Amino acid sequence: MSNPTETPRGIGVSPGAAVGPVVQVRGPVRPPDNEPAPADPAAEHVRIKEAFESVARTLEERAALADETAQQILTATALIARDKGLQKAIGKELAAGKGPTTAVTAAVQTYAAQFEALGGYFAERVTDLKDVRNRAVARLLGKEDPGVPEFDVPSVIVAHDLAPAETATLNPSMVRAIITEAGGRTSHTAILAAQMGIPAVVQLAGATAIAAGTMVAVDGDSGEVTIDPSAEYQRDIIGKRERRRAALAGSAGPGRTKDGYPVMLLANIGGVEDAVSAASQDVEGVGLFRTEFVFLSRDTAPTLAEQTEIYTKVFEPFGSRRVVVRTLDAGADKPLAFADLGPEENPALGKRGLRLSALRPDLLDVQLEALGVAAKATAAEVKVMAPMVATAEEAAWFARRVRENGLPSVGVMIEVPGAAIAARHVMAEVDFGSLGTNDLAQYTMAADRMEGTLSDLLDPWQPAVLGLIGTACEGAKVAGKPMGVCGEAGGDALLALVLAGLGVSSLSMAPSKVSIVRYALGLHTMATCHGMATAALDARTATDARNAVLALAHEDLTALL
Amino acid sequence: MATRTVTIASSVGLHARPASMFVQAASDTGLDVEIGRPGEESVDATSILGVMALGAKHGEEVVLTAEGDGADEALDSLVALLSRDLDAE
Repeated sequence: MSNPTETPRGIGVSPGAAVGPVVQVRGPVRPPDNEPAPADPAAEHVRIKEAFESVARTLEERAALADETAQQILTATALIARDKGLQKAIGKELAAGKGPTTAVTAAVQTYAAQFEALGGYFAERVTDLKDVRNRAVARLLGKEDPGVPEFDVPSVIVAHDLAPAETATLNPSMVRAIITEAGGRTSHTAILAAQMGIPAVVQLAGATAIAAGTMVAVDGDSGEVTIDPSAEYQRDIIGKRERRRAALAGSAGPGRTKDGYPVMLLANIGGVEDAVSAASQDVEGVGLFRTEFVFLSRDTAPTLAEQTEIYTKVFEPFGSRRVVVRTLDAGADKPLAFADLGPEENPALGKRGLRLSALRPDLLDVQLEALGVAAKATAAEVKVMAPMVATAEEAAWFARRVRENGLPSVGVMIEVPGAAIAARHVMAEVDFGSLGTNDLAQYTMAADRMEGTLSDLLDPWQPAVLGLIGTACEGAKVAGKPMGVCGEAGGDALLALVLAGLGVSSLSMAPSKVSIVRYALGLHTMATCHGMATAALDARTATDARNAVLALAHEDLTALL
Repeated sequence: MATRTVTIASSVGLHARPASMFVQAASDTGLDVEIGRPGEESVDATSILGVMALGAKHGEEVVLTAEGDGADEALDSLVALLSRDLDAE
């Protein structure tokens, strides 16, 4: 079987396995920089209107050939292309001296900003709006429409991100799998691919760089994508899919090692929809509720009432289960219109997370008050933790503010190496810790998370990262506080065993990964997990660490990996 | 100028399919039709983006206005449309 540490991995969002040649979706054409103003704005507007009209006709032609769901999306998108209000706005931009494609982009942006501010359904329509813009801009520049090119053999569709119109018009019998470089668990691509029963992987770094025609094997469960797979691997991946389904069908209930040590299995969520979906699954609660969506894409800070309503909606579906809330994690890379601290040279090392909250305590106070009210209004066991905590003083500052709002349980994310090393002091100030393995790896290995080519350094199996996780767990033990994991590492069935062995008492992950982690825990005793942790810490490289643990794992588990 | 006030019956509010149907119907009248919340600035009822950006929810009141020949009849038909749960159809 191939070695997954050499295999690019994204997030599996639609289960199943498939093999096929790559078809690359054409990306959007950008307006030229410093586009000159047209000599005759009125004549230019006529040309722009013709371009939009031709886009509308293309969309209607595609609608006529599509099924009912796709037809509705495409017809609505055609209406956007013919919109009078949009044309008026473009006319204004032209009159102000903007070049044609710059005017189109600016006019679309004003609507996009309004829709994003409205949130929910409207924010999703921004993708349709931008689809129209991209087609019109391409046509104005004499380029081909961005989108899915014609292809005649069943293929794996690869894109930076797919517009709903593109996903909806794909012919399922011609699409073996979908891979995107961007997107998320709840993106249109994920939802439509699952509906169509097509395996899909999102967030695959470097996906758009794979040459068209390259054979790839896609594992929609694990998120693994193998380039030029051997015939043997192709048989394996299909067989593995069947074995995994059969084995996991019987996995249920709380997380326990074979000898009964509890390891809580929790879900990572990012919004109300995620909450409803995760709560309906066999998880013990939420280990990471990211609250950024409440704040991003807004012109003004959300009010106490707005936040209370959202948090109540997130807590309610979980009944009396645990929900761990992470307070606002924004900064230079995730800027807020109403708390702009200016650009930074090094956003990842700048005024983000709790550091932003320290500069704008008003934002944190309203959030904590809303969380306190929502916690009282529901039965959920609400816990609150801060992102980017580096010192014991920061932890103490945060803990005081949380407790003042009547929230009984306060914690910190352990994602800064300094906090991991000083864990016994940091943890003494709070009730629990949660290791953010993605950022911890980024800061430990000094490798940008957004830089796909550095993914080897970001591997949570790196002995240095595992060592630091071990140090943090030791510190938590000295302070007598529980330590969990809420990064991607928690959803890796093999690594989960190592983490349990290092002393981690809860694992939070994408809900789709819970069943295999539960299955893995149930096959191994805590003593075996300790042995695996020791073996991983003793290994020289990330690959050695994984292989050493693999050698100690139960064969029923390794058969599924 | 003809004016009507109507409550949005559509369970999802005036967006998605109901918004498309309303905009289509408003365009078919061939008149300048506007829609807005009572006492607030109105938007062009034939602009899907304008109507969606209005974000009118289920149970909310909106005011329709139109000018020209047949404005009253046109508004009556649009009021009838908005009084139905378009999403359920």
